[in-house]
Amino acid sequence: MISINIQKNIKTYKGRYRLTVADSFPAGSVTKVYGPSGIGKTTFLRIIAGLSTPEQGKIVVHGQTWLDTAAGINMSPQERKAGFVFQDYALFPNMTVREHLQYASTDELLISRLLTMGRMESFDSHKPQHLSGGQQQRLAILRALAQRPKLLLMDEAFSALDDELREDLITDLKIILKEFETTTIIVSHHAQETLGFADRSLKID
Amino acid sequence: MEWTPIWLSLKLAAITTMILMLIGIPLAYWLSRRSSWLKVVIEAILTMPLVLPPSVLGFYLLLSFSPNSFFGRWLLEYFNLSLVFSFEGLVVASVIYSLPFMVSPVKSALAHLPASLAEASYTMGKSKLHTFYRVQLPNIKSSLWTAIVLTFAHTLGEFGVVLMIGGRLEGSTKVASIAIYDAVDNNQYHEANMYSLILFAITFVIVILVFVFNKNAMRGPLE
Repeated sequence: MISINIQKNIKTYKGRYRLTVADSFPAGSVTKVYGPSGIGKTTFLRIIAGLSTPEQGKIVVHGQTWLDTAAGINMSPQERKAGFVFQDYALFPNMTVREHLQYASTDELLISRLLTMGRMESFDSHKPQHLSGGQQQRLAILRALAQRPKLLLMDEAFSALDDELREDLITDLKIILKEFETTTIIVSHHAQETLGFADRSLKID
Repeated sequence: MEWTPIWLSLKLAAITTMILMLIGIPLAYWLSRRSSWLKVVIEAILTMPLVLPPSVLGFYLLLSFSPNSFFGRWLLEYFNLSLVFSFEGLVVASVIYSLPFMVSPVKSALAHLPASLAEASYTMGKSKLHTFYRVQLPNIKSSLWTAIVLTFAHTLGEFGVVLMIGGRLEGSTKVASIAIYDAVDNNQYHEANMYSLILFAITFVIVILVFVFNKNAMRGPLE
């Protein structure tokens, strides 16, 4: 079980706004987070990963306190090791597809399995700048999975994939996430994108 | 023609560049992080050698390094080191004078690198140091080469600061740029021409190598 209760002041184009989220996420569940643009969905994911700090809040992941502002606890992103699929993919231009996965994991069997799952075997020596948008997005997902995260955070992670590829990837993702016992939180603007993937939803407004 | 001034110039440029790689790259990283008033002031001070006349900088360094100053006396008493009219003094002055040429391109490149690259690495459990060497530094390679070349070439061509701090002692502080000036001053145009041609050739080869090395980069190595 993951329990999150955070409050953070954020700036939007409409002015200052207080992002407030309080929810519990069952272990192994996939939660879709949705809400208007600029409301703080990405900030919410960044707070969970430890990349941003809220004014007040508490995050407990499987009994371990990642953040407790009242008690002065704030684990670093390195300690939290949440898998994060960034909206801009955040791929490393100096690394090939295989090197990306090797950067996250030393398990060569898992790396080969992920490459097959993402249909990237024949591109494993390519660098990101030589991949299509869809391939780059798949690589970002595979890299986040390579570290077998207990918590996977996905920011618009299927936006560049065509319907067929997305449906195939979701089928494989469901299997691997169940195997890793990973809890997933995915931010998405489009209901269609997470169809068949998310089993619960959270609205931020 | 004496080869010692050429050798001294190359030695000075190489040592200065190596020291500045050790000092300038971490400094550029620190400056590229979130801005503060302290950083603005420090960056302004670091940029001063770019706009100050070299003779002004050389004059103040001469005063600071002089055994009559507190700093100069302290160096002499505790380390038996005099930075005035010595090769060591030239190195210290060159490091100060060429600092912005190493720091500015590296800082600018790091600041323009998407923050998400380092963040992605952090979420994979990698430390800031590991991330810096494996992710950030390799992705600013062309700017790093630019910084190294600019620093080396700038130090190679130094004149005003070097003359003020080192004078023109044969074999220890008389570098190629001063040898050219001396040769012209003594109407030895052939010798001045030889020194100039050699400096021109060395600099040209270095710049060509960098362009060849960075030929696939999106931007030119000196942008």
